[in-house]
Amino acid sequence: MTSPSAVEANWPGVRLHVVTGKGGTGKSTVAAALALGLASRGQDVLLCEVEARQGIAQLFDVPPLPYEERRIVQGPQGSGDVYALAIDLESALLEYLAMYYRLGRAGKALDKFGVIDFATTIAPGVRDVLLTGKVYEAVNRNRRHKGAREYGAVVLDAPPTGRISQFLNVNNELAGLAKVGPIRHQADAVMGLLRSALSRVHLVTVLEDMPVQETIDGIAELRGLQLPIGGVVTNLTHPVELDGEERDLVLGRGLDADVLRADLQTAGVRPTQPLVAGLLEEAREHAERRQLEDEQHKRISDLDVPTYELPRLAGGVDVGGLYELAADLRRQGMA
Amino acid sequence: MSTARSRVGPLVAPLEGSAPLDVDALLADRSTDIVVCCGSGGVGKTTTSAALALRAAEQGRKVVVLTIDPARRLAQSMGIEKLDNVPRPVPGVRAAGGSLDAMMLDMKRTFDDVVESQASPEKAAQILSNPFYIALSSSFAGTQEYMAMEKLGQLHADAEATGHWDLIVVDTPPSRSALDFLDAPERLAGFLDGRFIRLLLFPAKGPARLMTAGLSLVTNTLSKVLGAQLLRDVQSFVAALDTLFGGFRQRAQKTYELLQAGGTSFLVVAAPEPDALREAAYFVERLSEERMPLAGLVVNRAHREPQGRLSVERALVAAERLEGGTDDDPEQTGSGGLTAALLRLHADQGRIVARETRLRERFAAAHPDVPTAVVPALSTDVHDLDGLRRVGHLLAASSQ
Repeated sequence: MTSPSAVEANWPGVRLHVVTGKGGTGKSTVAAALALGLASRGQDVLLCEVEARQGIAQLFDVPPLPYEERRIVQGPQGSGDVYALAIDLESALLEYLAMYYRLGRAGKALDKFGVIDFATTIAPGVRDVLLTGKVYEAVNRNRRHKGAREYGAVVLDAPPTGRISQFLNVNNELAGLAKVGPIRHQADAVMGLLRSALSRVHLVTVLEDMPVQETIDGIAELRGLQLPIGGVVTNLTHPVELDGEERDLVLGRGLDADVLRADLQTAGVRPTQPLVAGLLEEAREHAERRQLEDEQHKRISDLDVPTYELPRLAGGVDVGGLYELAADLRRQGMA
Repeated sequence: MSTARSRVGPLVAPLEGSAPLDVDALLADRSTDIVVCCGSGGVGKTTTSAALALRAAEQGRKVVVLTIDPARRLAQSMGIEKLDNVPRPVPGVRAAGGSLDAMMLDMKRTFDDVVESQASPEKAAQILSNPFYIALSSSFAGTQEYMAMEKLGQLHADAEATGHWDLIVVDTPPSRSALDFLDAPERLAGFLDGRFIRLLLFPAKGPARLMTAGLSLVTNTLSKVLGAQLLRDVQSFVAALDTLFGGFRQRAQKTYELLQAGGTSFLVVAAPEPDALREAAYFVERLSEERMPLAGLVVNRAHREPQGRLSVERALVAAERLEGGTDDDPEQTGSGGLTAALLRLHADQGRIVARETRLRERFAAAHPDVPTAVVPALSTDVHDLDGLRRVGHLLAASSQ
């Protein structure tokens, strides 16, 4: 395997990469590809998910992940490994309690009394503090923690753009609720990390009006919360078959059907009426779609943040496809 | 829900695929009074619901559509960019005897309304200003689902009382999991009946006293973790809300029954992608498990079958011939390159269509009883009534 050309990584000091995006834009895929790309630079990477969807297991085609850091990809010599962790709320809460309070019996009692249900249902801020708290712990590990694995970077497959500010802004969620106490303390610590130079929030979009609008709104919101923005990844891009001039021709006076017929004949294809009409129609639709995408593309470049692009893989995303996307991200310097 | 579930469906695939979904018949059927569009995020649920509502209205139904989070320009063109939680007439509908009203859900306001309608003014004021209530009503991840269902219940009651509408079309929130909104009423009821809440309300009374030791352990731990202030807020919130519990539970139960009733039809919306179809499969199975009336599956954003009988392989070969030119004339210019590009587009589309068709056939094999409408992707955005009319037309045309 040849290594991708030596592009300098854009985010050298960043330890926590938060990846968000509107539903359907492929944020989980991008998060996984980013984790692979970062590991290829020679560091161990932890890929976390928090939405109990087992998306990582599906992407990497491995059995469902427990609440436990599992190695899912072992890199070749010189590169790191990728570990995965599916964070679920109940386990995070119990672990948190065990860590700070040495609860043996009480932990079980909490479960019995429905306290965990209670926390999931009524205390949204508390839930997010616990989920982000686990990520915080993984990022902040160092040699002092005996036996714990240290990661060069942590990639968080976060909730979608519509909920990301709320999810990351754990501090505010708790304001007015927990004014003191350890969970408040934890919220402050998490917020400190998220706002620091060690963290970046990356946004995944596709070239359509609504996802791009959500990306723009999301960036404004995150900036308002002083959460540092990373890059915008435009996912699922199509190959460009017609250049600008050709598209203008297609959308303007249209293509010459006679020339098309002659060309088809030359190429050994019988130019039936449905085929010619179909090709012209396909060309028009393609041109229209690309035109629209160009507009969205411009809105993204106007954002003044680093941008990256990943193609739509013709056969869908499988493990091999993930490696291709990881290489793309590395070539573009995101990883 | 991460618990393992068994599959629900037939054991062998039927010989032919699923039946086409006849959207017009569904909308014309006067006994249909609620249509719920559900599915994972990013599959065009909002557009589908709006298009169905408009089509029904222009075919003479008196429709109200409840949307959750429409694209800004679509909301503007429907006259619902302002959040006031009340249905407004949509301008520009060519209604022959029908009408179309639309609204966008304001979840906090809906929640406030419920509290105000259920509690005395003083008590309502007390609840509305409780910090816990504020957090719960404006940001709790499940609140949107609860409130969408609550609003549906309200609209339905209004419709029955005033006769103002005879069809309600509901868009569902883009949930973390497609199942969230089905679980919402039960989760709310379950939560409010939870033992912990009961214990917070009635500590150490009657037989519960036996559990007091365990409870104080729990509350002590909680106040250590959350801080005593938070726990006090929760307690006063729960106490204030106590009188409403029965009401909440009843409403949740009623909405659930409304969803199961004969007049309701669920449409599962998906895109021809593995993830979206997986979610759709969950949904279809879950709906049949809960005996919710499923009308069919809408597959949006499908690529159009390329016209003319030219296979992917032959199109690519022809493109290569045109592009490569000949050895004497390697600089083939003129339209040859453009025609080659068209042929490659044709091949590309053929490949995508083949993949999408395979995905749909797999779905149909596992869920053969689900009538399906396939809606081709539009090459432009939908942000006005004309766009919605086109989508509605495509939805209906799929059964022909």
